[in-house]
Parts: sequence; structure tokens; C-alpha cells
Amino acid sequence: MTETSFAQFLPALPEIYLVGAICALLMFDVFFGLKKPTRTASVALLLLLGGAVATLISADFGHRQVLFSGMYIADDLATLLKLASFLFVAIALFYSGEFLGRRKLQQGEYYVLVFTALLGVLVLTSAGSLLMVYIGVELLSLSLYALVAFDRENGVAAEAAMKYFVLGAIASGIMLYGMSLLYGLSGTLSLAGLATAFSGPNSLGLILGLAFLVVAVAFKFGAVPFHMWVPDVYQGAPTSVSLLVASVPKIASFAVAYRLLAEGLGEVSGTWTQMLSVLAVLSLLFGNLIAIAQTNLRRMLAYSAISNVGFILLGFVTGTGDGYEAALYFTLVYVMVVLGTFGAILLASREGFEADEIADYKGLSSRDPSLAFMVAVLMFSTAGIPPFVGFWAKLRIIESLVNVGHLWLSIIAVVMSVIGAFYYLRIVWVMYFDPPGDLPRGQPRLALRFVLGLNAAAALGLGLFPDVLLNVCQTVLHRG
Amino acid sequence: MLVQILFYAFATVLMGSALGVILSRNPVHSALYLVLAFFTSAALWLLIEAEFLAIVLVLVYVGAVMVLFLFVVMMLDINVEEVRKGFTRHAWLGWLTVLALVAEIVGVVAVKQLGIDVTKAAVPVAADHSNTAELGKVLYTTYVYPFELAAVVLLVAIVAAIVLTMRKRQGLKLQDVGAQVATRREDRVRLVKMQAERRE
Repeated sequence: MTETSFAQFLPALPEIYLVGAICALLMFDVFFGLKKPTRTASVALLLLLGGAVATLISADFGHRQVLFSGMYIADDLATLLKLASFLFVAIALFYSGEFLGRRKLQQGEYYVLVFTALLGVLVLTSAGSLLMVYIGVELLSLSLYALVAFDRENGVAAEAAMKYFVLGAIASGIMLYGMSLLYGLSGTLSLAGLATAFSGPNSLGLILGLAFLVVAVAFKFGAVPFHMWVPDVYQGAPTSVSLLVASVPKIASFAVAYRLLAEGLGEVSGTWTQMLSVLAVLSLLFGNLIAIAQTNLRRMLAYSAISNVGFILLGFVTGTGDGYEAALYFTLVYVMVVLGTFGAILLASREGFEADEIADYKGLSSRDPSLAFMVAVLMFSTAGIPPFVGFWAKLRIIESLVNVGHLWLSIIAVVMSVIGAFYYLRIVWVMYFDPPGDLPRGQPRLALRFVLGLNAAAALGLGLFPDVLLNVCQTVLHRG
Repeated sequence: MLVQILFYAFATVLMGSALGVILSRNPVHSALYLVLAFFTSAALWLLIEAEFLAIVLVLVYVGAVMVLFLFVVMMLDINVEEVRKGFTRHAWLGWLTVLALVAEIVGVVAVKQLGIDVTKAAVPVAADHSNTAELGKVLYTTYVYPFELAAVVLLVAIVAAIVLTMRKRQGLKLQDVGAQVATRREDRVRLVKMQAERRE
């Protein structure tokens, strides 16, 4: 038995810190938060910023460390994703503060569940073993199921939570079955062990196990044909929860896909890239086409999410470092923009006016010009129109596809994003060219407006200087 | 020899109680038969020196799960006739399951007969070797990270269960312990002075 010291566990500081923060927040809420829930909200925000600091303290840039007998990987990718997760969750909580207070959902448990979901994301970003992938996925999904059902008086939310829960449980079972097959074949749970075990020719068992794993990952991503839960959850859950479901879990899904497929089973990428390309094409096709028919903005964003997941998967289809890098870039950009979009819904909503129908945005430019402008920027970015950042993200994916000779896939991607541009631009049309009618005017809420402005500015700024984030993505995936 | 006798004895009881679970008409009896089945399978595990699993089976399944199960069975008024209604109609599904299970058992046994060493036999250990200590060591060293996180998963379950079910309903009859303790004699008993009544 070797001597253990706390310094040895330093790379795992973000997770250790967050578990401490969860317990502290539970206690704080009991003693100080019950009378004034806004206090718990502020403390939660501070704790998240502390988490970002803890991530930076524990980071050892340029080195890859393996802890807990190979179950924990601390590398630059994990650091970047953890920083992004802390930051994005903090922004999400900031956006939803007013909404939660208005809907009487501002209980301490809400923040605790958000934190546990975040813990699941962190675990997934550094997962070094199938066991950790499973535990991370369960932590994340269990917290999200509870959050979707958080508004108990709301029947639609309960229905969404039930669908999400039942389908999610099936997906977890499928994932476990795939893992058990891989374990049976290789005798190891560690992803590094899998990489060495499956370097030879493909066996039928490997393909079978892999298929189950890919299905589970596709479910967590919400890719067609495993997307059934996405529209219901986006539309049914409280807006603040939809914001959360739409944003940070995508980072976790990217992390799972990268650790599991690219790192663990990278040697046999030929088998899973085919499966992923089918999923990606279906997601692009159905996501974009069905989104056109939606009248509810949140449901439209759900189908838009499905189509964007298609793009992320296309990055993995290449099976090259170039493609993973493009997928990482796309994921970060997409999550940032989608945060802003849901933030705009929250800013536009008020007592008795949820602002989640597309018709609710008629003439927004005359009612609330600055909000309309920000929504327009975010929509242009998601549609992938230069010079906004969404354009570069899509461009990088298509570039990496062409580089490996997937001409047909890139053509489909281009055609589908042109079709997709239609329904994003329709929002802009509705905002600027439709008469406002007797819809309510905008409210000031300056702090929220300011952060949302920063968010939109980031979508523009990162688009004008695309190399900034791209270089970061390149560095963390060691291609410098 | 003794071990074999014990094995067959426990196995017989196990089979009998398993049959009892599905054949008895009273659901409470079924649940009690299931408790017996758990006990005897715990004894079987003891025979193959898996004492930790045996104890956990008794503690968790008999001690916690089955007690809860019995509570539910006793509290719900289950209409047995209603449950049995579709029995013969869905019997083919049952037979199909039975066939699949039998095929699987035969498969497992057949593989053993083929002489392919799928599973290696465990190395026998000394009598004073403690399974529990070994598990504890592994759990708190190699697997400490997933172990702690599994605890957080349980915490999520507790928080979620409470937040989704605890609600302050209107008109709920609750004890107010503080008010009960702080009550004075004057609140409960009223002494009334009155003239003694004369018997008619």
C-alpha cells in the first residue's frame, strides 16, 4: 500500500469541490434559504464561480494525469469542458433567477439538483472507465428527470418528465448491456484497456456491443431515431429547465462520445463511424424538416437541437483528430448560442405570458428593440450566416468531412443547413416585419439584459475572430 | 459430503419455497415464501464461501425490501380474481419465457460439458480469509471514486423523491407539537361553579 496524500488527488479537485458545494448548499438552504430563497440562488452562483477557480487551480496544462486506478483522466480537454460547464451553468442559473421566483420554483433543491447534474457532466468529462461513464450518465439524467418534473402543478411537465424517465431508463439499460458485452470480450472496464484489447480485427461481439453503446450515446445526444423525448422535454419542462437540458448536457454527450468512441475504441473507428453517419444524416434530415412546421418556439428549438446534434456527430464520423476538434468547437459554440436563445425567451416572458410561441415575437423590434436585435444575432449565428460564429462552426465540420472524402455527407449537411436557415430567419422576419398587435412591451431587467447582450456579443465577436476559440480547441486535443 | 447434503437440503427448501411464491393464493403467503427463498439462497451462498453476499442478501432483501413489500401487499386491497383474469389467455407468453429460460440453462450447462474454460474456478482460500475485508479494501482504494459518486447518486434520489412528493396540501390535518407542549390547563379544562342539583 502506497502512502496517500491529498496532493495526489489535486487533479480531481473540481469534483471534490462540487460534492462539498452540494452538501454545503443543502445545509445553507435549510438554515438561511427557506425564508429568502434568493439567498440560496446567489450562493449557488458564487459556488459555481468558485468551481471555475478550483478547476483552474487543479489544472496542469499540457499534461495528462490518470487517477483512481485509471478511472479518472485529467487532461486539457477535461479542464476546458469543466470550465465551460461551470460557466454555462452559472449563466443558465443567472438567466433563470427571475423566472424561478415568479413561478415559485425557487427552492434550494432546484439548485442542488442543478449542481448534481453538473457533477454528472464533470464526471463524464474525465471518465476513464465504463463504470464512470455509467455513473456520470446516471447522475446527470436522474437530476434532469427530477428537474423536468420540478413544477409539480404542471401536467405537461409531468408528462414530459415521465417520457424522459422511461425512455432514459431504457437507454441506460441498453448502455449497460453494451458495456457488459464489451467487458465480456475484453475483461476490462477501463477505456485504456479497451483500446489495447480491441486493436485487432473486428469480432462480431465487438460490433454488437458497440451498437448498443452507440444507441445509448445517440439517445443521450437526442439523435434521430432516438430523439422522441427531446421535443416534449424542451416544450413541457419549465423554461429554465429546458435551458439547462438544451445546453450543458450536450457538453457531456460530446465528452462521452469522445472518451468512449474516439479514445477507447478509436482503433476500431471503422465500425462506429458508419453507425454514426446514419444517425447524423437522419438527424439532419428530420430535425430540419420537422422544425419548419413548428409554431412553438421551444419545440422548434428542440428540432433545431436534433439537427445540430447531427452536425456534432458528423464531426465524429470523420474519425480523425481534425473532425473531433471541429465537433468540440461546434459543441461549445452551439451551447453558448442556445443559452442565449433560451435566455431571450426568459427575458421576453412575464407573469401569464410565457413567450414560447413564435407568434409571441410579432413586432418585437418595436416593442423591445434591443432584445429583438440580440435574438436576431443569435438566430443568424445558429443559422450559420457569416460573420457569426455558427458559420465557422459549421464550416469546420464540413471542411473536416471533405478532407476525409465524405463528399456526399458534406453535401447533405450544406443542403440541410440551408433549409434550416429558413426557420431561423422566419423568427427574425416575425420580429421585424410583423405588426406587434396588442402584445406587451418589453421589461427592463437590466442585469439579465446586460448578460444576454454579452452572450450575443460573444456570438458576433467569436465569429469575427474565429481563431481564438479554434486554437483553444486545437491545443486541448493536442494538435497544437 | 456434509456440504453436499447441506446443499441439497437447502436447494430443496429453496425450490419448495419458490413454488410456494407462485402457487399460494394469498399474496401475503407468497411474500413470506419469498422471504424463505431468500434465506435459503443466502445459505447456499454461505456454502460457496460468499459470506458477504449472503449477509447482504438477508439484510437488504429480507430486512428492507421484503418488509416494505409486505407493507404494500397488506395495505393495498388486491383483488385476486382481477389479477388472475388474463392468466390462461396470456399463458402462451409464459410458456415462451419458460422455453427461452430452459434453453439458456441448457446452453450454460452444455458449454461446461464442451470443456471450454469460459470461467476459471476460483482459487480456494484459507478458512480465516475474510471476503468482507477484501471487498472493503477494494471498495475504499481502487474503487473509491465510483463508490463515493454512487453515494451522490443516492443523495440525488433522496432529494428528488422529497422535492417531488412533499407538498403542503390545503386542509391537511397535522400535529403541531409546539402548540401541544405549550398548552396550559386553562385551554383544555373549564371549571364551572354551579349549584349542586337536588335529586328529584
